[in-house]
Amino acid sequence: MEQSSQANFSKAVSRNKNRDKLFAVLGLLATFIGMLTLAALLGDLAMDGLARLKPHFFTSFPSRFPGQAGILSAWVGTTLVMTVTALTAVPMGIAAGVYLEEYAQKNWLTAIIEINIANLAGVPSIVYGLMALGLFVYQFGFGQSILSAGLTLALLILPIVIVATREAIRAVPASMREAAYALGATKWQTTSDHVLPYSLGGILTGVIIALSRAIGETAPLITIGALTFIAFLPDAPIKAEFPFISFEWLWSPFSVMPIQMFNWVSRPQHEFHLNAAATGLVLMVMTLVMNGIAIYCRYRFRKRIKW
Amino acid sequence: MSVNQTDAGYLAAQNQVSSRAHGGTGRKLRERAIEFVLFLCALSSVAITLGIVWVLLYESWHFFANVSLIDFLTDTQWTVLFENPHYGIMPLVTGTLVTSGIALLVALPLGTTIAIYLSEYAGVNAREVLKPILELLSAVPTVVFGYFALLFITPLLQSLLPNLPGFNMLSAGIVIGIMIIPYVSSLSEDAIRAVPVHIREGSYAMGATRLQTSLRVLVPAAFSGIASAYVLGFSRAVGETMVVALAAGTQPNLTLNPLEGAATITAYIVQVSLGDLPHGSVAYQSIFAAGLTLMCITLIFNIGGYLLRKRFREIY
Repeated sequence: MEQSSQANFSKAVSRNKNRDKLFAVLGLLATFIGMLTLAALLGDLAMDGLARLKPHFFTSFPSRFPGQAGILSAWVGTTLVMTVTALTAVPMGIAAGVYLEEYAQKNWLTAIIEINIANLAGVPSIVYGLMALGLFVYQFGFGQSILSAGLTLALLILPIVIVATREAIRAVPASMREAAYALGATKWQTTSDHVLPYSLGGILTGVIIALSRAIGETAPLITIGALTFIAFLPDAPIKAEFPFISFEWLWSPFSVMPIQMFNWVSRPQHEFHLNAAATGLVLMVMTLVMNGIAIYCRYRFRKRIKW
Repeated sequence: MSVNQTDAGYLAAQNQVSSRAHGGTGRKLRERAIEFVLFLCALSSVAITLGIVWVLLYESWHFFANVSLIDFLTDTQWTVLFENPHYGIMPLVTGTLVTSGIALLVALPLGTTIAIYLSEYAGVNAREVLKPILELLSAVPTVVFGYFALLFITPLLQSLLPNLPGFNMLSAGIVIGIMIIPYVSSLSEDAIRAVPVHIREGSYAMGATRLQTSLRVLVPAAFSGIASAYVLGFSRAVGETMVVALAAGTQPNLTLNPLEGAATITAYIVQVSLGDLPHGSVAYQSIFAAGLTLMCITLIFNIGGYLLRKRFREIY
């Protein structure tokens, strides 16, 4: 009797231990499914698209003939839209983050702002597009322009920039601020000369990740009326004659790389799918490089800072 | 600052300092102005929400002036662009729920397993490498995932299920599921790791294995955090646009069969936006009504998640 219960017990122990080991394998397997997908994705794009990545792919407009089509208008559009996005979202996001961490009092208004930022992260991106269509395109009269597109993406990534800024600022120890105050610095002097420079690494990481998300965003820009076939470039921002700088391009219709890719994927001809794969490859490389830089930034700043 | 010292040198220095700061009031005014500008930037996030709510409600208001709410909820056809239009949102809602459902079937088990593995099994080095790579999955542009679903996963599935049509919800759902794994796994892992160490040690002291500790102690203890990870994953899946627009097709279809193609709410919005619709037409307003429906679905699940969390919240 005694012996059999002991045998049962050790059987149960070894069974549980086996299950434990099995789960370790299962966990590794689950992690590898994610990575395998990433590898298959890159491999699939490279196999189809690599052959199309020649210099003239970047210097030609889209065309009815897949062999001659390129992404010139798309990458110029992406560059200009991202310029508007970065110039809007980065200063506003950092300012909002600074306010919430350094200035805001604990009251209901601050609480509303904080809850609101957390909720904005869960709003589908296409809803931002609908809002921009109603407000920017028609109400404000910006039209279906680069300006509207840049502002739409700026609003979309604003919460990411704010959250990253707040986390980076929170990591600066209070003693740094107190040292500045003790020397008679004002709040803004303390913030701009000490807190912000020390948290720049973390903020930069967040900004890069936010911009990499904006580059790949497609749905909201389709909603506000981006063109899928465009065979001209916006007005050049720099002119040969006085006053040398022109902002006409802000009002220009546009296309961006993800939309160009979407257009090519949704065509039935296989030849166009190859173009789509090549565009996807360019997008993937840009995304991976930006995320790589962000990870490196985070790693370096974490290592260097010793309070 | 009050000056009591009689030391002349100190006074002189003090004067210099205050004159360099443009005197007390100027300095204060500048500080105030800066604080006000910063405050406006923080307030802009609230303006975004108000803008979203206002636009959706305003345009939907006009839409429901033309279409009755009862037709909208009960009609089984969504044929806005046809000669004889029907405005029943149900086919788009089922399309959205089926694709999101498949996505959750993929993402929840995988994401939770990965979360337990990374927090309880993997060593520090393995985690430092695996986590960033996994998070790249959520950084990939969604249109690239759409390409992958349509031109890689669908042919793959077709070799298993020969009758599968080119546009189907199954392949879109699977790809969205893989896409949202990082959202589920990251937040769940944070929640599991936040469970106090003494609870973990108590379980180990009773002779439990890592698996028993994870499933019977840590996951229940971290349930509130894990539930918010699930809700966020669901919000992402419901709002996902490019994958469904490319892989599931743009044909509204009232069905729960994942092997068929069907438009989702988001795919419909994209389809209409690609055409050139006159501003102010009923079809134009219909995309805002669709968007409002999307927000309502997200809201319902968020409230459900909140109630669930409140019910099962563990406080240490």
